[in-house]
Amino acid sequence: MTANDENPIRDEVRAWLADNWDPEVSLIDWRNKLADCGWGVPHWPAQWFGRGLPVKFNSIVDDEFEKAGAVGVAKIGIRMLAAATLLDCANDEQKARFLRRILTGEDTWCQLFSEPGSGSDLAGATTRADRNGDNWIVNGQKVWTTSAHHAEWGLLLARTDWDVPKHQGLSFFILDMHQPGVEVHPLKQMNGHASFNQVFFTDATVPADNLVSKIGDGWKIAMTTLAHERRGADALRRWGKVSDRDGRIYAEERAEVATVMEPYKWYPQRAGRVDLVFSRALETGRITDPSVRQEMAKLLMLSRSAELTAQRARAAQEQGRPQGPEGSLGKLASSHVARQAAKVHTAISGANSMLAGEDSPLNGVIAEILLSVPATSIAGGTDEIQRNIISERVLGMAKEPRMDGGPFRDVPKNPTRER
Amino acid sequence: MQFSFSDEQEQFRDGVQRFVRDKSPTTEVRRVMESSEGFDRDVWQQLCQDLGLAGIHIPEAYGGAGFGCVELCIGLEEMGRGLLCSPYFGSAILATSAILHGADDAQKSTLLPLLASGEKIASLAIAEAAGNWDGSDIALTATPSNDGFLLDGSKQFVLDGHIADIVIVVARTLGTSGADGIGMYLVEGDANGLQRRAVNTIDATRRLAQLQFSGVRAQLLNSEGNVRQTIARVLDEGAIALANEMIGGAQALLDATVEYAQLRMQFGRVIGSFQAVKHKCAEMLLDVELAKSAGYYAAQALDDGDPEVSSLASFAKATVSDTYMRTAIESIQLHGGIGFTWDHDTHLWYKRAKSSEVFLGDPSYHRERYISCLEAQA
Repeated sequence: MTANDENPIRDEVRAWLADNWDPEVSLIDWRNKLADCGWGVPHWPAQWFGRGLPVKFNSIVDDEFEKAGAVGVAKIGIRMLAAATLLDCANDEQKARFLRRILTGEDTWCQLFSEPGSGSDLAGATTRADRNGDNWIVNGQKVWTTSAHHAEWGLLLARTDWDVPKHQGLSFFILDMHQPGVEVHPLKQMNGHASFNQVFFTDATVPADNLVSKIGDGWKIAMTTLAHERRGADALRRWGKVSDRDGRIYAEERAEVATVMEPYKWYPQRAGRVDLVFSRALETGRITDPSVRQEMAKLLMLSRSAELTAQRARAAQEQGRPQGPEGSLGKLASSHVARQAAKVHTAISGANSMLAGEDSPLNGVIAEILLSVPATSIAGGTDEIQRNIISERVLGMAKEPRMDGGPFRDVPKNPTRER
Repeated sequence: MQFSFSDEQEQFRDGVQRFVRDKSPTTEVRRVMESSEGFDRDVWQQLCQDLGLAGIHIPEAYGGAGFGCVELCIGLEEMGRGLLCSPYFGSAILATSAILHGADDAQKSTLLPLLASGEKIASLAIAEAAGNWDGSDIALTATPSNDGFLLDGSKQFVLDGHIADIVIVVARTLGTSGADGIGMYLVEGDANGLQRRAVNTIDATRRLAQLQFSGVRAQLLNSEGNVRQTIARVLDEGAIALANEMIGGAQALLDATVEYAQLRMQFGRVIGSFQAVKHKCAEMLLDVELAKSAGYYAAQALDDGDPEVSSLASFAKATVSDTYMRTAIESIQLHGGIGFTWDHDTHLWYKRAKSSEVFLGDPSYHRERYISCLEAQA
């Protein structure tokens, strides 16, 4: 990036902030202002609350916001996946109706994709949407739905045609979560948290206007959402960074972030907390055990190679080179890191690894690591699916013969679970 | 810190890759590894003269090209990919590094141009019977004589020691113990009292020699610094260089395995369509890419003068050694019966992986060294 590209943007955003930033206005008023001028999402089209700038300028804009202490638009949570999907696939009327309230933070969204009967095989969804006059009537069940309990809207993948092959029979809807036909129940995980929900639909309704794109485009659109999710996975680590400054708007932002981040509070433990290993080994004295040292070294080296691999992928991307294999391997690497980390934390904590809650080392953090790590190799695509993707798309290996062609009605399915 | 290669570096890689592919197909590897010297002198001359590889990292003042360790390691990766049989590692890496870090200017001016041009081949003799490369248990003695020193004792696992024109020997002065009295000495390969024997090795592409010294005339390498630190530095550079050489071999195995899995038919379909096979290949790819990250980063760290270079050397050596070995094991496994035959080429890389795994310290040694480095930094 040359200085010529950069400076006018930096000067412009800085001048705008100098004229407009006020920490004593309400969060929603401020964000409406950001939506009007486009500095909240500068890479979005100018017509839709952005400024049509290349993504590379975002870091400059963010930087100026940070320097000024200015709050940005609502960026964390599923809402940004919803926004990205709607920007790509929705019609103008839908964009006008939903995008602004996403940016202001007034609306929270959830993603209604996974089902009890279709996890890795997402296209096997059996939640149905049947046309009835001006509405679609929805019946079925979704699961692993983060933030469903306080979402206003859901991105729904549902089956509208049972007589075509499975990927072709799905459609994509915007569903109002606040209606009698939608019931949300928390789903308790093996680590004791309930970060996700089960969502049940009993004759829930979706107005025909809320169909995104065309009937049968559901799979394509869901893939768009998931591509944004994968790209955003890195951002998760930056989430929850809030200013501790005084002022009405900061307090409002902190409250918003606390709500959105609640389901994610165990995610660092899920990744294995490699950062704690060395200090824990010193603290417990296990650093003197040669076998523990070997396992620690394996972990620290693995984790370091994984970080360096991600840096190589980013460097290639920044140079505009075609993505090499290093770009698609991060998720699988993180599973290996998390497993080895759980093993090492166990070795370091010894018998205390059996303890939970406040009796467990670091006030429960160690127990939470040991009980959260199994999620890493499942959530967002199991290791097995990752290996399929890597072997087929990166190494160019042949696909396994499939058993799910033809009309979806005839494809063998899991029995539907009774509630 | 650079996380990708420049266009010039990629062009350099292509050049070395073409050379190795041309000069070292496995038919040539098999011919040369069974020859008495274990390398082809014509190819060695071309490597040094036409490509300038032996002096790539030697400063221009001493007859080299003055490039960095990154370029050196790119070349090594390509030599490792093609299992090029040559005295490159012993002479251009280990011995050159010992001279660069452990000799005075006059000695560098005399020796380095000879090594850069390939006119002379040098070898570094550190390890003795216990197989340590860190200089911690040197027993070979150096006794002052009227015009230098006389060496007595023996060295093991000396890379290309049977053909070297110059041998650099780590020895201790008589009557010293521990870290005291350690020095590096220069010996002519054909000196009186030096008995050399190429030992039998499982990896015929890399020759090791046993050297017996009985009153062998030697000159001291005039190191300004602490010799143990010099040896540590040479080990760091050697470990990083070897890691990068191994990366090439591991990639070659992965490529060959995926290619074979796409051709081999069983049960009416290519075996590469079975998830049991595909998933192993995906893991091999992950393994190799992680190893590249470790090796490339360590090479860059050498050029950047990173103070962490010792821990990074151990990081790279342990990581890539394990990867190369795992990749070789899985490669034979996925080839099935044919992979265990002499006529099939996989075993050539398997054997190189095994010898590289333990040469300059095995993965356990380097893991322990890594943790010790972290403790020292903490």
